[in-house]
Amino acid sequence: MAAAAVHKKEALVRIARRDSMATWKSIGIRIIAVIISLVVSGFLIYAIIKENPLKVYESMWNGAFGSTRRVWITARDTMMLLCIAVGLAPAFKMKFWNIGAEGQILVGGIATAACMIYLKSLPAWLLFLCMFVASCIAGAVWGLIPAMFKAKWNTNETLFTLMMNYVAIQLTSFFVAQWENPFGSNTVGVINQGTKEGWFPPIFGQEYLLNVIIVMALTVGMFIYLKYSKQGYEIAVIGDSQNTARYAGISVRKVFVRTMLISGAICGLSGFLAVSGASHTISTSTAGGRGFTAIIVAWLAKFNTFTMIAISVLIVFLEKGAIEIASKYNLNDYVSSMITGIILFFILGSEFFINYRLIFRSKSKEVA
Amino acid sequence: MTGFISLFQAAVVFGTVIMFGAVGEIITEKSGNLNLGVPGIMYLGGIASLAGSFMYENYTENPSTFICVVIALVCAFVAAALGGLIYSFLTITLRANQNVTGLTLTIFGSGVANFFGGSLNKLAGGVGQISVAATSSGFRAGLPLLSRIEGPIGKLFFNYGWLVYVAIVIAILAQWYLNRTRTGLNLRAVGENPATADAAGINVTAYKYFATCIGAGISGLGGMFYVMDYTKGTWANDGTIENLGWLAVALVIFTTWRPKNAIWGAYLFGILYWAYFYIAGLTRSSQEIFKMLPYVVTIIVLIMISLRKKRENQPPEALGLAYFREDR
Repeated sequence: MAAAAVHKKEALVRIARRDSMATWKSIGIRIIAVIISLVVSGFLIYAIIKENPLKVYESMWNGAFGSTRRVWITARDTMMLLCIAVGLAPAFKMKFWNIGAEGQILVGGIATAACMIYLKSLPAWLLFLCMFVASCIAGAVWGLIPAMFKAKWNTNETLFTLMMNYVAIQLTSFFVAQWENPFGSNTVGVINQGTKEGWFPPIFGQEYLLNVIIVMALTVGMFIYLKYSKQGYEIAVIGDSQNTARYAGISVRKVFVRTMLISGAICGLSGFLAVSGASHTISTSTAGGRGFTAIIVAWLAKFNTFTMIAISVLIVFLEKGAIEIASKYNLNDYVSSMITGIILFFILGSEFFINYRLIFRSKSKEVA
Repeated sequence: MTGFISLFQAAVVFGTVIMFGAVGEIITEKSGNLNLGVPGIMYLGGIASLAGSFMYENYTENPSTFICVVIALVCAFVAAALGGLIYSFLTITLRANQNVTGLTLTIFGSGVANFFGGSLNKLAGGVGQISVAATSSGFRAGLPLLSRIEGPIGKLFFNYGWLVYVAIVIAILAQWYLNRTRTGLNLRAVGENPATADAAGINVTAYKYFATCIGAGISGLGGMFYVMDYTKGTWANDGTIENLGWLAVALVIFTTWRPKNAIWGAYLFGILYWAYFYIAGLTRSSQEIFKMLPYVVTIIVLIMISLRKKRENQPPEALGLAYFREDR
């Protein structure tokens, strides 16, 4: 009798950590999560616009890949998001919560725009080099400040980097007011519209091919850096346990500062992509929340830069698709953030089933 | 003097939005949950109150102001608490990463709010922008008797909608709850060291859920105050709530996790935010530099508390960390 009472107390479900899971299984779980979330979003869309969700998804597809030009724009925006995520990967891998990509992008963008405005008389290749270097340095400095305080006094980096975003946003507003064109518009307008100085040159006639090349190079480079270099290994050790790292003689402070320099520089570089390679202007919406979205991309990809490509494509596809639905059904395009949110919730939730397994109370035990 | 009065008034109204947000987030963070979804939650609260009162005002002949206000309050609190529930379910039960989940909640909340805020009227078959005049006037009603006081004293202290005073009361109650009640102390124990709290027989999961959902509900009232009082019952897709939400997160640090400090801290942030408007001779670009002030001050506070290492000023020890009993 007493034994029976004890059994009654045993929980219906127990949770245990999984050691590992076959790759195909974990991919399968994620795909199932995405499908469920698309179904849920489908119901939501149906409730709002009373249109067959499949038709809606079809027009989303058209919005993202409907024409060659759209494919290229989707590619350009995917590369931008991917670039930021690649930049964040090393920081997050060592569990340094760099929420400040948004600001790092903006200061990189400011630096690029400054070069385009003040150095436009330089030869094209030199101007290009200047923009590249300036944006990297600006982003690196923005990443370095919180890293130094973290290394020296253990200042909370999540909150510090978050605040740095807003300092950067105000800095951007300041420069927008300085450079406004035409006067009184409170926007910078397209910089060097007539002469296209400092714009990414088309390669093989493709306006955005250079964006793709740069970001792909970074993606491969970062993958190798994290996986095969000594510094990448140090990052991994610190991410697992700072105490282990110290015991192994790794200078945690040094790695914090070094990694945030790299992380900030790449995020600054994506500001360069955004200004010089895409919009040719600077505003407070140049980063447009992508610094935050990229955090989710980097996290979900478990810092594997190739997985990030797939997730970036998915998110940008949703964005473009939602804009298409919005214009088609006369809604506003914030529907994309809503759907993105739902899908990310499901993917985040699915991680649980990859990392843990549920053990149901077994019948045999009860008999025994 | 008139300049100071109008600056102070602007600061109080502005501060109330972030005071709600910050007090809610303090309760959440005291349980060890760093919810970066505050902007999203405030968005949810704002839009739910607007949608609820809009439906009521639209489908009733003579909307009663009292019912308008109750509907808006309930909608805002429930919607925001539901946002907190999504966050809790993902981070506590499904053990997802807190920062990432919070940011996703912000994306989701801003999407939902701006989507419905921009198209609610269209979906309901109307034209133009949405507006809930009756509800808004209900919220902007001042305190009885006291609001009639004339002169600078009246203008400085009694010239606001009643929610301004509710915010102060909630902050004081939260302070009392966290420091003077048994459950409040238990909650702090969960945020400081969940393993110890668990060993002491405190239901860690229940406390985390409770604190996060109630905290989110309170933060959501900030969004509602913004919509009903600050913008007088209208909606604009201009991202202001998101900025205010992050400022609320900043204020949490500034208060060193004490709700009572949120009262003056929020007004101080308001003064810092609006100071540029009242300083003569600023160009438009230098005004932007001035608007940095609240963030820069927060950074300085953050650095100071990490420098001085006073134990009572530190963030909750287990802030941002998930607790799994099995992982110990």
